[in-house]
Amino acid sequence: MQLALFLIFGALAVAGALNLLFQRHPINSALSLVVVMMSLAVLYWSLGAEFLAAAQVIVYSGAIMVLFVFVIMLLNAGEEEHTNGSRAAYTVGMPGAAAIFCLLSFVFLSEGGALKTSNIGGDLGNGVDNIAAVSAMLFTKQLLPFEVTSILILVAILGAVVLARKEQ
Amino acid sequence: MNHLTNFEVFLLLSVLKVAVVLVITLMGVAYTVLLERKVIGYMQNRWGPTRVGPFGLLQPLVDGAKLFLKEDLMPLAVERPLYILAPVIALGCALVSIGVVPFGAETHVSINGSPGVDLFEVANVNIGLLVILGITSIGVYGIALSGWSSNNKYSLLGSLRSTAQVVSYELALGLSLVGVVLRAQSLNLRKIVEVQSTHGLLSWNFFGGFQFVAFFIYLMAAYAETNRSPFDLPEAESELVAGYHTEYSSMKFAMFFMAEYGNMITVSCVATLLFFGGASSPFGHLIPAFGGAVVQAILSVFWFVVKVFGFLFLYIWVRSTLPRFRYDQLMSFGWKFLLPLAVANIIVSSLVLALRG
Repeated sequence: MQLALFLIFGALAVAGALNLLFQRHPINSALSLVVVMMSLAVLYWSLGAEFLAAAQVIVYSGAIMVLFVFVIMLLNAGEEEHTNGSRAAYTVGMPGAAAIFCLLSFVFLSEGGALKTSNIGGDLGNGVDNIAAVSAMLFTKQLLPFEVTSILILVAILGAVVLARKEQ
Repeated sequence: MNHLTNFEVFLLLSVLKVAVVLVITLMGVAYTVLLERKVIGYMQNRWGPTRVGPFGLLQPLVDGAKLFLKEDLMPLAVERPLYILAPVIALGCALVSIGVVPFGAETHVSINGSPGVDLFEVANVNIGLLVILGITSIGVYGIALSGWSSNNKYSLLGSLRSTAQVVSYELALGLSLVGVVLRAQSLNLRKIVEVQSTHGLLSWNFFGGFQFVAFFIYLMAAYAETNRSPFDLPEAESELVAGYHTEYSSMKFAMFFMAEYGNMITVSCVATLLFFGGASSPFGHLIPAFGGAVVQAILSVFWFVVKVFGFLFLYIWVRSTLPRFRYDQLMSFGWKFLLPLAVANIIVSSLVLALRG
């Protein structure tokens, strides 16, 4: 069951991500990104991280991507022009992507044993309430990073307000 | 049935439950439309539909047949795939979230000694409340895409309004539910109902849980989320023809229409579950259990349906009473009144709960 879910939604996520790159119209790309995020949410849930899955759907697909789509609709952005690509992208992009791929595969392969034994959030449907576990972790061990992140977001909000305010 | 494994029994029964719940929900949608037409008719001193069947009771069937038989016009300038996808998203999201709603007391029926299935809920999910919120937030895409892909200025304006409105009110809606979750210490809808079902009316979140502020925030935000009057700016007919579904005809229009009423039913179900004790009786243990398990199970569904019906009636009542908000009023009401109020409610609720231990 878990393997079937992984295969289906992993393939869907990869297909969505590729479609995001190949689509010329911004709204189609944005919708492909929604598909990617929803598939990721299903994968999280199949791993037992149900709260993460719900947060992924509510925050990313439900709020952030809706705003993306909203802005694209508001600006009525047309199809993108096809350019020949910048030289920087050609020279740095491919090696950069390859480097990140290598790094990630190295990390996962070397830490695979440790990941296998750690129980990320219980199994699907065994009734473990992992929200309590997540919040306990967030408010004890990870309190400093948590608060720093919220201050960071607050700064971003203030920045948006300053940018959006009309000049007197 | 010995040759079936537990998983197969579970699968078959789940499919059966989904089918039954879907049919009942769609019937509910059809008859909510009739209820609305009748009630608004009486409130405006006229009869409403009376011609088809006794009291117009067969009107929804005839309406459905009419919508099926109408010509499905496809405007030439639309963005075709998205234009077709939009009503599917809208209706799909409206119908999926009913799957986590427990509409009766927990009743397990065991088959051949295998672990029983819950009769009155399709899926008992740990994060039921978050699932409903998530699906509701996905439903916006139906409206947003329909307006954009129609290639019509009225549709686009309607969907822009709707998107902005839903995103703004989603915050207040989510925050208003925190008090309830704090009291139940769970996001599981069954557990939230369980907390409220000990002393009948007095232990409901609305009365005993002192969440009436949260309830009114929820109600107003939910009306805005479902684009119902007085927040029906996205389909304000005096300004925008019909808003986001101007270009739609036949069954595609019907899907938007059904999605709107399906969302109304979901919102009423959630209000019942979170603030009015779900399927629990308002008398608690004052009336001793009578009539055996079957009668009690049916009685719990009865209470649930009565409460949901009350909320649907309230929807219609509000629609025929209140005038529409102006756009700037809508925004300032959501951001400057409901949101701070919801935050204040969270602070007070959590303080009280913390002090009481």
